[in-house]
Amino acid sequence: MNWFKKLTKKEPEDAGDVEVKRGLLVFAHPTTVISVEELLRDEGYEIRVVSPPPAYRTGCDLSVEFPLSEEATITELLNTCGMSPLDVVPITSRGTEPLRFVRTTMYGKYIMVRAANMKMTVDQETKIIVNISGGGCPDVPYLATEMLGKRLRDAPDPGEVGFSLCAYSLNTSREELIRVIGD
Amino acid sequence: MLLLAGAVPVEHLPLLIGPIEVSPTGITIDGNKLPINRGNEAMMSAACLICKEYGIEAPVGMVAGDIGKREGSIAIYKHLAEHLPEMGVKVLTLHYVMPDLKLNKKVLATIDTMAEEDKPLMIADAGSMYVAKAGGDAHYYQVFTPDLGETAFLADDKADHPSFTRGFIFNMEEDVPELIRRAYAGKNATPTMFVKGKVDYICQDGEIVDTIDQPSVETMEPIGGTGDLITGMISALIYAGETPLQACRIAGRVNRAAGELAQPTPATQIDQILRFLPEALAKVQKQLG
Repeated sequence: MNWFKKLTKKEPEDAGDVEVKRGLLVFAHPTTVISVEELLRDEGYEIRVVSPPPAYRTGCDLSVEFPLSEEATITELLNTCGMSPLDVVPITSRGTEPLRFVRTTMYGKYIMVRAANMKMTVDQETKIIVNISGGGCPDVPYLATEMLGKRLRDAPDPGEVGFSLCAYSLNTSREELIRVIGD
Repeated sequence: MLLLAGAVPVEHLPLLIGPIEVSPTGITIDGNKLPINRGNEAMMSAACLICKEYGIEAPVGMVAGDIGKREGSIAIYKHLAEHLPEMGVKVLTLHYVMPDLKLNKKVLATIDTMAEEDKPLMIADAGSMYVAKAGGDAHYYQVFTPDLGETAFLADDKADHPSFTRGFIFNMEEDVPELIRRAYAGKNATPTMFVKGKVDYICQDGEIVDTIDQPSVETMEPIGGTGDLITGMISALIYAGETPLQACRIAGRVNRAAGELAQPTPATQIDQILRFLPEALAKVQKQLG
């Protein structure tokens, strides 16, 4: 599964199109959103992973923006797959997508990539992850324990074993590292 | 009491509260040994070492296991909301927890019930800082210790997590004073704030009052936990009687001095920096007179 890559697909920036034509699927955990995003994209729906509306925010969460015209079929599909949303709400403006900008710093044979608040550093010669820094959610120290000392291709995917937006950003760093130096 | 609270990456570890004992390989709280790691363990170790050097009582740790599934974080929030007034906490540092707006507001509501003289001085970093900012509650805290990415988050009044910082603000990072100005203008900064970066900025009431750029150890940035050491040191220094501003001035310099002593590479781990803190503190105290 490589769900983060799918987020790079851009939709037309036509604000007029989204007026009460799109809705949000709200879930209890970001991890559920990850699975839902993969399922709905595989089914061909045009969706975006975005920040939920204020009433649903816990401080670390994601929701799925979708075409409201597809509500019935999408909710039925999710119910069938055991991923029922907590709520479905119509929206009149686009939600905020997670940050995808990255910054790269070279330290001799080491390369560090930062996405939002998360930094991952890799030995370019061996492709081994040597450090993980930043973040504030509790899965960051856990992910560091699981990923440090492993080659990029062998380390667990933060999108699969992480639970938070920090894990999301860490995966953005990882994907950029793989794009630049391979795995 | 100096209380340091946060989650640790040990699944199903129950809530533990007790004085923190530090050793070269880890910390012990209530008989449970936790290896040095980035995050709370590094922060707590640094605070312990500073308390020891100042000859004051060891900080008390409040930890619970959480690998991102929230249960440990919830236990910490709930305990604080229910028991903080009776704990006699003078300085409270909140660190790695899963941001939870409702539960954090319950903790703050408990603090509101306390007499002014009993309220703890509060320091926040990591997830605790995220939830404080997202809830519009920065005014409860005395010190935030953001890094550059987190400062951009504080500067963005629309973002409720660093991952949602808007691109034009993320790309403003070459202008740190502007980020700091925005954070204060949006009331998302604390009276004293330590901005960690290539140059450290120390702020007081909206003004940058000190910067630290020497010694410059560029390889410190990739090392997970260096910022946590600063937060732990600031906590202990305030508890030892330093003003928040002076605590930031000392901690920033000690961190860099420890880095210089350790001669790190980007692959160095935090325990290799941590061991130099006592020597670095002595060096900085001598410099500052």
